[in-house]
Amino acid sequence: MSPMQPETGKPFQDCKELFALLSEYLDEELPPGTCEQIRAHIAGCPPCVEFVNSLRRSVDLLHKFRSGEAPGPLPEAARDELRQAFRRNREGAGFHA
Amino acid sequence: MSDTREVELARDLLAGKEEAFDRFVETFRSKIFQYSFMMCGHREDAEEVSQETLLKVFESFDQLREPERVKAWVFRIAKNACLMKRRKSVFAPSQELSLDQFLPVSDDDGGHRKLQIADWSALPDTQVLRAELRDVLSRAIAGLPEIYRGVILLRDVEELSTEETAAALDVSLEVVKTRLHRARLAIRQKLDEYLR
Repeated sequence: MSPMQPETGKPFQDCKELFALLSEYLDEELPPGTCEQIRAHIAGCPPCVEFVNSLRRSVDLLHKFRSGEAPGPLPEAARDELRQAFRRNREGAGFHA
Repeated sequence: MSDTREVELARDLLAGKEEAFDRFVETFRSKIFQYSFMMCGHREDAEEVSQETLLKVFESFDQLREPERVKAWVFRIAKNACLMKRRKSVFAPSQELSLDQFLPVSDDDGGHRKLQIADWSALPDTQVLRAELRDVLSRAIAGLPEIYRGVILLRDVEELSTEETAAALDVSLEVVKTRLHRARLAIRQKLDEYLR
């Protein structure tokens, strides 16, 4: 894959440094100063805007993702096994159902 | 992060309120199944992992010190149950992803740099994912090496915090951040290919 060219648009190094920090930027996990630097870079770099938007959209889709597979109904015997385990644990902790 | 309803259920169970039991099972069984199905790739394994995880959860419920972190605690148990399956993953083999492989290609368009990015406005903007797009996303997640898949399922799909994901997977915050970013870049790339 060809890298972005440094002689066109923003210097290559700027975009590449930003590229490594984009998830933390979207998650607001960077120090305020670093966020400001990134915002300043993006403001003058349409390709980075485009890329950040597509990454943000990907994350939004992941938040909505469900596989489409669901577990079958829980058999009564399996539910009873879980309930008994819960009761034993609670009795051990001083609760009595 | 664990939502209020999950935390309330955990608090109720810790207080010995058995009426919360069925709702807790219903809520977490579905989540554990989703996670383990995407990690193992087999329905039967996912069903077994769900039951084994919930059994372990209830056997050791008194060890849940902070109900606010119930989701991370449950997924930590689920992750270990998945590992115990020891079945060879039907999905992608384990390998490292590098940042460089996701650097976008650029064209020089009359002196202006233009990235080769598809038109993302074509994506449906609905609350429920279209089946075709869901399949693309499902394959993209399944195609990730396991160490990245685990992080993106907990951090982005289940929306655990970075700290909770690190606790569930028993790795550092930095490892979570690094793996998450590379996984997201890989997913973005697959979606971009789909939109072309």
